[in-house]
Amino acid sequence: MTDKTPIVVMKGITIEFPGVKALDGVDLTLYPGEVHALMGENGAGKSTMIKALTGVYKIDAGSITVEGKPQSFNGTLDAQNAGIATVYQEVNLCTNLSVGENVMLGHEKRGPFGIDWKKTHEAAKTYLAQMGLESIDPHTPLSSISIAMQQLVAIARAMVINAKVLILDEPTSSLDANEVQDLFKIMRKVRDSGVAILFVSHFLDQIYEITDRLTILRNGKFIKEVMTKDTPRDELIGMMIGKSAAELSQIGAKKSRREIEPGEKPLVEVKGLGKKGTINPVDLDIYKGEVVGFAGLLGSGRTELGRLLFGADKPDSGTYEFNGKKVNISDPYTALKNKIAYSTENRRDEGIIGDLTVRQNMLIALQATRGMFNPIPKKEADAIVDKYMEELNVRPRDPDRPIKNLSGGNQQKVLIGRWLATHPELLILDEPTRGIDIGAKAEIQQVVLDLAAKGMGVVFISSELEEVVRLSDDIEVLKDRHKIAEIENGDTVSQATIVETIANTNVNGKEA
Amino acid sequence: MTTATANKVKAPKKGFKLDRQMIPTLAAVVIFLLMIIMGQALFGTYIRLGFISSLFIDHAYLIILAVAMTLPILTGGIDLSVGAIVAITAVVGLKLANAGVPAVLVMVIMLLIGAVFGLLAGTLIEEFNMQPFIATLSTMFLARGIASIISTDSLTFPDNNNFAFIANEIKIIDNPKISNDLSFNVGVIIALVVVVYGYIFLHHTRTGRTIYAIGGSRSSAELMGLPVKRTQYTIYLTSAILAALASIVYTANIGSAKNTVGVGWELDAVASVVIGGTIITGGFGYVLGSVLGALVRSILDPLTSDFGVPAEWTTIVVGLMILVFVVLQRAVMAVGEKK
Amino acid sequence: MAEKAKEEGNALVKKLLGNNLTWSIVAFILLVVICTIFQHDFLALSWNTNTGGLAGPLITMLQESARYLMIATGMTLVISTAGIDLSVGSVMAVAGAAAMQSLSNGVNVWVAILIALLVGLVIGCVNGALVSLLGLQPFITTLIMMLAGRGIAKVITSGENTDASAVAGNEPLKWIANGFILGIPANFVIAVVIVILVGLLCRKTAMGMMIEAVGINQEASRMTGIKPKKILFLVYAVSGFLAAIAGLFATASVMRVDVVKTGQDLEMYAILAVVIGGTSLLGGKFSLAGSAVGAVIIAMIRKTIITLGINAEATPAFFAVVVIVICVMQAPKIHNLGAAMKRKRALKAQAKAVAA
Repeated sequence: MTDKTPIVVMKGITIEFPGVKALDGVDLTLYPGEVHALMGENGAGKSTMIKALTGVYKIDAGSITVEGKPQSFNGTLDAQNAGIATVYQEVNLCTNLSVGENVMLGHEKRGPFGIDWKKTHEAAKTYLAQMGLESIDPHTPLSSISIAMQQLVAIARAMVINAKVLILDEPTSSLDANEVQDLFKIMRKVRDSGVAILFVSHFLDQIYEITDRLTILRNGKFIKEVMTKDTPRDELIGMMIGKSAAELSQIGAKKSRREIEPGEKPLVEVKGLGKKGTINPVDLDIYKGEVVGFAGLLGSGRTELGRLLFGADKPDSGTYEFNGKKVNISDPYTALKNKIAYSTENRRDEGIIGDLTVRQNMLIALQATRGMFNPIPKKEADAIVDKYMEELNVRPRDPDRPIKNLSGGNQQKVLIGRWLATHPELLILDEPTRGIDIGAKAEIQQVVLDLAAKGMGVVFISSELEEVVRLSDDIEVLKDRHKIAEIENGDTVSQATIVETIANTNVNGKEA
Repeated sequence: MTTATANKVKAPKKGFKLDRQMIPTLAAVVIFLLMIIMGQALFGTYIRLGFISSLFIDHAYLIILAVAMTLPILTGGIDLSVGAIVAITAVVGLKLANAGVPAVLVMVIMLLIGAVFGLLAGTLIEEFNMQPFIATLSTMFLARGIASIISTDSLTFPDNNNFAFIANEIKIIDNPKISNDLSFNVGVIIALVVVVYGYIFLHHTRTGRTIYAIGGSRSSAELMGLPVKRTQYTIYLTSAILAALASIVYTANIGSAKNTVGVGWELDAVASVVIGGTIITGGFGYVLGSVLGALVRSILDPLTSDFGVPAEWTTIVVGLMILVFVVLQRAVMAVGEKK
Repeated sequence: MAEKAKEEGNALVKKLLGNNLTWSIVAFILLVVICTIFQHDFLALSWNTNTGGLAGPLITMLQESARYLMIATGMTLVISTAGIDLSVGSVMAVAGAAAMQSLSNGVNVWVAILIALLVGLVIGCVNGALVSLLGLQPFITTLIMMLAGRGIAKVITSGENTDASAVAGNEPLKWIANGFILGIPANFVIAVVIVILVGLLCRKTAMGMMIEAVGINQEASRMTGIKPKKILFLVYAVSGFLAAIAGLFATASVMRVDVVKTGQDLEMYAILAVVIGGTSLLGGKFSLAGSAVGAVIIAMIRKTIITLGINAEATPAFFAVVVIVICVMQAPKIHNLGAAMKRKRALKAQAKAVAA
């Protein structure tokens, strides 16, 4: 296949942001009729590379050639005119307009009196049909169809502009298995028509199913370009993280479950806790010193359940007992007052308060529980900040720096410090290791085990099953907004156990 | 190969389905009819042709301003400078007319002045990241300040000015009773042309569709490769030029102007747009709705005066009306989100 | 050693140059110099035995600045939450109307003051409730209040410009606007004391940090246990209350309310003071000291315009230009221009080094 002429050649791409080289001399070559995956950990430079190719960022050095013509993009329009179309994870369409309008926006068919809507909608229908969406009326509001279909609509739009390169940036992260297969069908069809597809996904299975060629990045540097079928998985993972797979599982695997004493009262006892349209009623016990893992795919309800336990969303059913007392956790403030803390999966939007300093970010939750007019005495505050910066190894050790200037891993540590400062008895950690480097990841995993050893109840939510299995005493398995199983961790339990549970149990808790 | 997908897709049922976005507009229709009926029942003058004629003739300027204001609000922006642009163009126009400059040239100059302020607002918003309301608040003060520097006197047109043709009433139905005459003037025609232009612009040009796209999500519109920046310039340029046009129609009709003309008109325009069903956060709305809103706003004045409500209450009523409609929009959107 | 001291000195100079406050004070001095050139006795101070205070152009400037200090302080807190309060000017008129009308209806002067402050507080609370509970956009909410506020002022006075200068027993209110404390204008002293109190409240308790947190990231703030709705309500209430004090200052100096002109355009002055003070219109970190200096600069600009004999009607246009210039200077584009030039130079140097 390498004898084909490439459509896109990116050579020596370098992009600098104040203080960091996001990309440092990265190459990427896309061939027609191939699905090409851009691989790398979070922060490897995948999205920066995509933004360079789509004209969002200007490159500081290197060259981009499309169909043999050197290009210098000055914005997304330039890239589109060169035949490059992109479908982003958070589907960038306009939900206030109809499906047909979204497909044709900027390319509406025109008649003597401006836009001819009849022709435009007919054209939209043709393009939608190519995506297997022939039954959708182009007049349907975009907001009324599923995310999966919206993604197909976005691809239909790429066909309108006659794209030669289609970039799919994590399109599968919020789709279920069937929807992924539908998407792959369309991808194959588009690929076979001679379009080059650049695909980004965190799911290895999908990478091996759909892609032909891989480009691996690490820390903004180009590592290697390989053919998918010639590359074993462990080798690929090794290239992505810069370590062999064996080195990965160094962190002490959980030796034994914490034994529950007979007659011991649970720290948390919820019955039928749920919220309509978010998570169906769940029963759950959490004991002191126990790590409870929430496992399930994105959208399974794992985050939603964590948010309910913290009162970030208001439950509309069920009872909640904490330390044997009935509580009504209706907002985060009440939760914190009751010694329940929750670290969000969405660090940027719901976690850090960017312009405030590390110190303020660490103290703010404790301050909120004390009330606005009861400031923490300076001495006490200093002691808290020093303690957690030290214990959690926050770098740099400068509490007066705005938190937005720290790396992702250190931001996460500051946030964990924020919650520890409130002395929680129950700590809910939602994806605490997402998007941070390997070193910080191991440190945070160790913190989780230490906290539980000190008697704290910990809920550990992660999309990485391996991590959940390694750290948890009990694993709650969720699927389609239901809790479907509770697995006591032990020697016989592995990632495979959970995957099988998800695959083979239906939402009523019965074998499928 | 695509049957699997096709089977899952449920086509939404056709038939009568009330789009929830239409609710505020329908509410405006109901309110308008109620006002007319109430006025007719109590005072008996509201469905006379003369009343309707004067409603349009006296408020042609507001209809133009309502169309102008619809554009920025559709993108989630606002143009607070329209009232001040009316003032500065009116003052300059009257000064020039009194200096003997030909009417056509005066009108062109007035429109050009509007364009300059629109261009300035567009530049501040697009090149210097100013929020639309701050940028247009600045141009509002600038325009009104300059108008006040030029003159603080009440200016009147010289005799035999060529502006009069805009104001001259043309009678369609000449009844023996003057109150039943159906008449209009060139100002009304201009307003109607503006309405038609606004409709075609928003619904039948790509720039118009881009305006809706920006209102839905600016970042999406940018990533879809739509000319967002150019469109934003077009919006603020158009609204400012239309404000200048409103100034021409208004001054021609009244025959005089002062630097304080148009104070608070930006709010009347916002009221018209919001009452007409355009969502204040952008993305949904119609020009025709804004025209309806302008009529509701217009009929408020005779109604309050017929009721004997002191004039100082009018602003409170207008304020409350905007508030009620904005809250109604919030409620409608919140219900939509829940679904 | 000497080198190190020099380096430290350079760092200090750099810090000073990067500070908004430095530039504000430089601007202030510049304005004073301009005025002194045009009017040689501009800096002259004399003792007025009739009023028991200092007199001179600078003193009248300080007297005028008191009302700006009040609205700028409230506006700073509101803007910090990424909001805006366009109703401050109208609230001044309403509060002034309430005070003057009460006085002329024979209400005790202290009760009249209390009524005025309460009216301002109530309007602020209404703004706060609409923004925080109903989630309306701040600019549209306060724009409505700006419109309706003028109407309310007119309703209170039945459309008249109520004059209470002849009412007996109005001395305390008169003193607030025109009196002196230790030779310094009383209203200025009161205003400064209030600014300091608000400043202490913000910085000695956690109020300031929480306001900033809500302005920077409302959802993240909610997740830390802060109640953003409470904070939003609070800042609009404070802004309304302070605007009422400004309204008292503005009307008490002549003991007359002008339902059209009292507080007219002053929302723009307040925004300008905040922007001069270095608080971003997008919300977040705020500086009350900066806004206070901004408020005094605004009074100084007004004084300059009068001293130079420029038509007072030009003031809004002039202020609009200042706002535009400052916002343009703060725009990322201008900052990036500098950074981009630096980066390009560095890259070029690098390329040269590689080539060599």
